[in-house]
Amino acid sequence: MTDASTPVPPKSSLYATSDRVKRRNRSETRFRAYGFAAITVGVLALILLVISIVSNGASAFRQTYITIPVELTEARLDPAGNRDPAEMARVTTFGYAPLLAQALQQHLQGQGISMEGVTPRDLMAMISQEAPAQVRALVLANPEIVGQTVTMEMLAGGRIDGYFKGRVTLESAERDSNVSPAQLLLAERMAEAGLIETRFNWAFITGPDASDQRPEAAGLGIAILGSFYMMIVVLVLALPIGVAASIYLEEFAPQNRFTDAIEVNISNLAAVPSIVFGILGLAIFINFAGLPQSAPIVGGLVLTLMTLPTIIIATRASLRAVPPSIRDAALGLGASKMQSVFHHVLPLAAPGILTGTIIGLAQALGETAPLLLIGMVAFVREFPDAPPEGFFDPTSALPVQVYNWTQRSDPAFVERASGATIVLLVFLLFMNAMAVILRRRFERRW
Amino acid sequence: MPLIWIILAVLALGAAGYVLGRKRAVSSAGGDIRILHSLPNYYGMNVFLTAVVPALLVLVVWLLVQPAVIQRQVTQLIPDNDIMESGELSLIMSDVRRVADGLDRALEQGALSREEARMIRSEFTNIRETLASIGVALGDDVNADVLAAAQRYRTLQTTGNTLMTAAVLILAALGLGYAYSRTHKDFRARNTVERAVLSILILASTIAILTTVGIVLSMVLETRDFFHLYPAREFFFGTEWIPSFEGGSHLGLLPLLWGTLYITFIALLVAVPVGLFSAIYLAEYAGRRMRGIAKPMIEVLAGIPTIVYGLFALITVGPMLRDYFAEPLGFGTSSSSVMTAGIVMGIMLIPFVSSLSDDIINAVPQSLRDGSYGLGATQSETVKQVILPAALPGIVGAILLAASRAIGETMIVVMGAGAAATLSLNPFEAMTTVTVKIVGQLTGDTDFSSPEALVAFALGLTLFAITLGLNILALFIVRKYREQYE
Repeated sequence: MTDASTPVPPKSSLYATSDRVKRRNRSETRFRAYGFAAITVGVLALILLVISIVSNGASAFRQTYITIPVELTEARLDPAGNRDPAEMARVTTFGYAPLLAQALQQHLQGQGISMEGVTPRDLMAMISQEAPAQVRALVLANPEIVGQTVTMEMLAGGRIDGYFKGRVTLESAERDSNVSPAQLLLAERMAEAGLIETRFNWAFITGPDASDQRPEAAGLGIAILGSFYMMIVVLVLALPIGVAASIYLEEFAPQNRFTDAIEVNISNLAAVPSIVFGILGLAIFINFAGLPQSAPIVGGLVLTLMTLPTIIIATRASLRAVPPSIRDAALGLGASKMQSVFHHVLPLAAPGILTGTIIGLAQALGETAPLLLIGMVAFVREFPDAPPEGFFDPTSALPVQVYNWTQRSDPAFVERASGATIVLLVFLLFMNAMAVILRRRFERRW
Repeated sequence: MPLIWIILAVLALGAAGYVLGRKRAVSSAGGDIRILHSLPNYYGMNVFLTAVVPALLVLVVWLLVQPAVIQRQVTQLIPDNDIMESGELSLIMSDVRRVADGLDRALEQGALSREEARMIRSEFTNIRETLASIGVALGDDVNADVLAAAQRYRTLQTTGNTLMTAAVLILAALGLGYAYSRTHKDFRARNTVERAVLSILILASTIAILTTVGIVLSMVLETRDFFHLYPAREFFFGTEWIPSFEGGSHLGLLPLLWGTLYITFIALLVAVPVGLFSAIYLAEYAGRRMRGIAKPMIEVLAGIPTIVYGLFALITVGPMLRDYFAEPLGFGTSSSSVMTAGIVMGIMLIPFVSSLSDDIINAVPQSLRDGSYGLGATQSETVKQVILPAALPGIVGAILLAASRAIGETMIVVMGAGAAATLSLNPFEAMTTVTVKIVGQLTGDTDFSSPEALVAFALGLTLFAITLGLNILALFIVRKYREQYE
């Protein structure tokens, strides 16, 4: 019983690809392209991010300075004439500002630089508001220079600085109430005469933060120090506690409810949103235990709790990687369990533990959200003392400083925030590179 | 005595104990350490631990309890009508503390003598000026009650500190003496030391539990206070978020939750395809060199702190989206929007999704692939019809974990999403999230008895519950799936 209508198989040849195969191959190519596109998107995002931060922030490391001779008139700065710093301190920065204005005006006239379109008031606005304070600090530190004419290097105002970095242009100055094109043209002439120069800005890395009005003076010193203090606290607390906890869980813990509870807790804590740790810090360390706000000790404690799971997970992995034969050999030679762990297993696991710790510290260094809640956003201009007292002084932290600067209105702070981000990323890069090198050098494969 | 000196003194006692204990053990064996039960160092260690550990524990507990006790004692001195006047006990207490610290500092700098500091009267001396001269700024003039409380605070503080120093040092000395007297050649020093070390290890591992308890307690207690002041129904089902510190605020969770979920959705829309496809490409197609370059680059994205992503959203992605999409298409003029935050958060999650999926794809047994190739399937057909279905539960778990990450993320939304609590569908509009509002309500000077500040704790608890639920679900799915092939 044959069915005459059996479809005749289409003529196919091994040498010609059929439509179906073509379609399948096309779909294969397409799928591959999707995958490649996905990778490209990821890599492009990284490149775009780095370019965006670097192009915005690189200029923060350079700063524009005005150099002019300033006559430090005795009549103004030391009316009593006895060079007593305590009495001279009565002259505030408002007493110094006119001196600078006068000096600038005179020097420009002397150099034959025309000041057309720039009133004396505008002229003063070209110097940073920070400059009188700088001069005052210098005079109070060396009272004997009063009465002399000293060549001073002063910060230029934020807009003038922006002009030399390309952030402010003559067109944008038309619309800006804080700067006029005439001021910029004058700055240009001053630069030609060698009175204004732009050079590397150490004060950005070492100086304290400055107020909203003077972005040109804002620095990262306190933030870096604060972050450093917190890292010390984290290292001192998280490393021993994390290692102790991992040794117990990996080597001694019996299988019971209690151990299970700890395990579940650790894996959950690793996934709890960081801001929740901030709430914990606020409620327990500040409101309950009465520790001071914005202090590195509180930040360090909160970050310790956040870093612990990372360190514990890394430590346990590297303890597990030590082969059981090492333990057996130690036990066989008469060591106690504790001795076998502390004398043999732990030293062999040390490189892995160190690597995990550095990565945990790097995470903690970049963490921002919990620090906002424990008052690290406060404006701090005083450097903290040396530890241990310094742990209780108010400071800022690097990532929080970035956030802080983005919240200010002057556009010059965008540059500062990006510059601070570059510093943060350099620190992170350094730490991660160290972790990679440690792993490459010391990790042993069994 | 400053804290650091107490600790150093205790450690010095311990070190002395170590040397003494070791010496005594060796001499009790007549100099022949083979007769000793344990190695000589264990005898020293035993004395050291007995001297140091209890003393330091007492120190820590004392430091935690003393402020609370003093607070209670001093609070009784402040009459009720003072509290009524300034409205807030904690404000008065901070004044009291500042006056007390100021007096102490004046003593230190020699601006006041010990006698003067003790006898100072607000009626005769302007305390505010005296303290201002040494750099302690007070908001108000000091009244007699605050001064009395400050004086009481100072005496209690001094006695407390003296007692603490004495107790800790005596305890350390006692421990030293006790352990020293027990040191003998037959004493099982190693066993004792090892038991002590073990209990230290156990103590360290309970910190994880304590942290969780701390998190839950700190939020639950404050949330309970919040629900006394503000009805829970209106919090969970309210559709308006209008906090006002004069009272009469609307604190509805729904707009915040909507913003959170919307942003999370967009983030997953970016992260899941990109992460999944790059994981597939790297696992199945990419050559060794390509993998060596692309994989670390994608993983670098995971190491970048969220504040950097936030800055990226604020200065680059936000303005770009506004100028090229939102404004030309008439969707709005805000640079901070759901889209901005969502896309940047998606980028942040790419490495998270891709590394989790990578693990899961690699866990699919090779035999399944080989079977599929043997039947003539192409690589993409194998991926689509064999590997992905087999890995599906794991991938769902990974997506849930990524979602929980996105829901709890703070800095990107603080800087990229805006602060307006709206229930809207337009992705180019600024919206706000639970985390943004926690930061908003708790930064700056906050009064911890008002519902506007306490609501942050309720928000935190909600966030904690949601992320915890998602994590547990994800871990459950992943674990269940792993068992299939093991």
